[in-house]
Amino acid sequence: MAEQRRVTVTGPRARGVRVPPYPRVTRDIDEQTELGACYVRSLMRAQFRLALAGCGVVALVIGLLPLVFALLPGLAAVKLFGVPLPWLVLGLGVQPLWIAAAVGHVRGAERAERDFIDLVTRS
Amino acid sequence: MIILVVVTTLTAVTGLLGAVTVACSLGRTGTARTTSDFLVASRSVTPLWNASAISSEYISAAAFLGTAGLVLAYGADMLWLPIGAAAGYVVLLVLITGPLRRSGVYTLSDFAEWRLGSRSMRHGVSACVCFIGWFYLLPQFQGAGVTLRVVAGLPVWVGWAMVVVVVLGIVLSGGMRSITVVQAFQFWFKLLALAIPAVALVAIWRMHGGPDPTRPHPPEFVRPTTVTVAFHVGLHVPMDTWGRVDGVVDGRRYDGGEVLLTAGRHVVDEGSRIAFPAGAAVPHVQRIPVQCGDKWARPFGGGRDHPLFGTYSMLLGMLLGTMGLPHIVIRFYTNRCGRAARRTVPLVLVMLSLFYVFPTLYGALGRAFTPELLMTGDADATILMLPGRLIPGAAGHLFTGLVAAGAFAAFVSTSCGVVVAIAGTLSQGVPGGGVREFRLGACVAIAVPLALAGFLGTLPAAGLVTLAFTVSACSLCPLLVLGVWWRRLTAAGAGTGLAVGCACAVAAGLAQILGERPAGWWGALLAQPAIAVVPLTFAVMIVVSLLTPARVPAGVDRAMMRLHLPEELLLSRPGRRPGH
Repeated sequence: MAEQRRVTVTGPRARGVRVPPYPRVTRDIDEQTELGACYVRSLMRAQFRLALAGCGVVALVIGLLPLVFALLPGLAAVKLFGVPLPWLVLGLGVQPLWIAAAVGHVRGAERAERDFIDLVTRS
Repeated sequence: MIILVVVTTLTAVTGLLGAVTVACSLGRTGTARTTSDFLVASRSVTPLWNASAISSEYISAAAFLGTAGLVLAYGADMLWLPIGAAAGYVVLLVLITGPLRRSGVYTLSDFAEWRLGSRSMRHGVSACVCFIGWFYLLPQFQGAGVTLRVVAGLPVWVGWAMVVVVVLGIVLSGGMRSITVVQAFQFWFKLLALAIPAVALVAIWRMHGGPDPTRPHPPEFVRPTTVTVAFHVGLHVPMDTWGRVDGVVDGRRYDGGEVLLTAGRHVVDEGSRIAFPAGAAVPHVQRIPVQCGDKWARPFGGGRDHPLFGTYSMLLGMLLGTMGLPHIVIRFYTNRCGRAARRTVPLVLVMLSLFYVFPTLYGALGRAFTPELLMTGDADATILMLPGRLIPGAAGHLFTGLVAAGAFAAFVSTSCGVVVAIAGTLSQGVPGGGVREFRLGACVAIAVPLALAGFLGTLPAAGLVTLAFTVSACSLCPLLVLGVWWRRLTAAGAGTGLAVGCACAVAAGLAQILGERPAGWWGALLAQPAIAVVPLTFAVMIVVSLLTPARVPAGVDRAMMRLHLPEELLLSRPGRRPGH
């Protein structure tokens, strides 16, 4: 067995937070020119739009579903396979929506990043 | 019988730990070597492993035992809990997962200090993390106490002691590296521990028939049942019921004689035993409303004050609270890059959706077959009681043991995650903090909820855990969202907002645990304050930040680049990787 070197284990934050390494992207972004700042802002805006869309889907479902069941109590009398409809919808129906929303967001966010990388490495 | 159950439980737990040990020695190194190992497993965990571990830390005693208990007691209104839980991950994903991982710092406190350039922000966030963690640990103790009381008849403090010993043992020896493997295994174990007995229970229910929990009657005992009352309680009897009482009812002592319990309120002393015939209506402990089956099966069927308001406020708390749970967030730092962190979330959602089918099922079966829990108030024990009730003989005991082992895995995995998160945060806040401070922090993390555990009584575990979500939604969520997306956030604004939000939410939570709940709107607001406090916190942070524009940190543009640019673009400096 290889000899193991003993190391002292210490906290890396002993004297404040280490500044993360200086990102060197392309000269534009790196030197914070107007063009570089514009690039970064465009990516942030694209990501933020995606985030808002995701939150919108969640807000829509979470906002409307309780209202529907509160205003239409008759739905509880409807039974499918012996199970009341609200139980089927709330127990099994909503979670697939969340999974779809999450997968959609991951795809969208990665596409935005790929497009951005193409943009800055081409220029 | 108890011996068989205990033996099964122990075998299952030992087997699990054995499997984990083997996996550790085959694949990875089991012990932590560096601080990075200790805190974030050297950032080398793949999405599938990490998703299993996150799901495992998330499935606490509250989710495992508590959800079924709440469904039994309150019915369709509690189906929102799993929905809110999963939706919280969607919000976490879209708003902060990628940027937070890309920030390259270790903990939420580090993030606040780095982003806002203020040392005092670190301490503010650390305080919030502690409060959230402590509220999260309370239901774990509660669940462990109930489990051992129901399965083995032991006093509740034995359960607490067991959690303390096991959690400290794991956390102090291995840190985050070995915990990732243990957690990931435990998720699949917990899933099977619920799923296998559930399949058997549903099969038996379909074959032999049983009461339909949704018919328009108050719950009834299916068979003759003797109930022992563990605490001095006030009971609500829905209709005149005969029972043989051995103990004290309404101040009169009986020795096994037939007594007519008239409809209305009765007081039963601690240790009294009442034997009910089959078909008798089940008396309810006062906390739980008496509901006919059709009302119970309907969302907002009654039984709670202001149910629509309560549901919206609880859902908001869960949606926004998930992103501030320190033990969940720290797990995303263990992924290799922002993209891997993002890809972890859909996997978590699949796993949670799969898991949450079962507590609902147990809750509905419990309404039919273990209605006496409505009388004892131990609704958290639904999952533990059902296998023994429906499946006769040794098979029933085996299943009970399996479920109890799953419950035990739930307390241990969540408690470990929370304790690691608190200890990591505390030890990093001390100058020169290393492994020794980490261990000290772990002891502090577990001591505070242990001191509060005595005040809990029979408060439901899943209700307690929503307190942690609320504190998180009211304090850390606004800080994270604004910190990631808004350049003009200042330390003054974030600090003031954090103080206001955290104070309001913690005060409401403590009032809930220690005090009487007022009636009407005030009571509803105190029970679920998120809908009022979250906008307040956001508003305070934004207004104070706009009033202190001079304190916008100088490096904010670089910080924003770091948060939002893909890692490939940051890797161009040779020899250095982000986060190391």
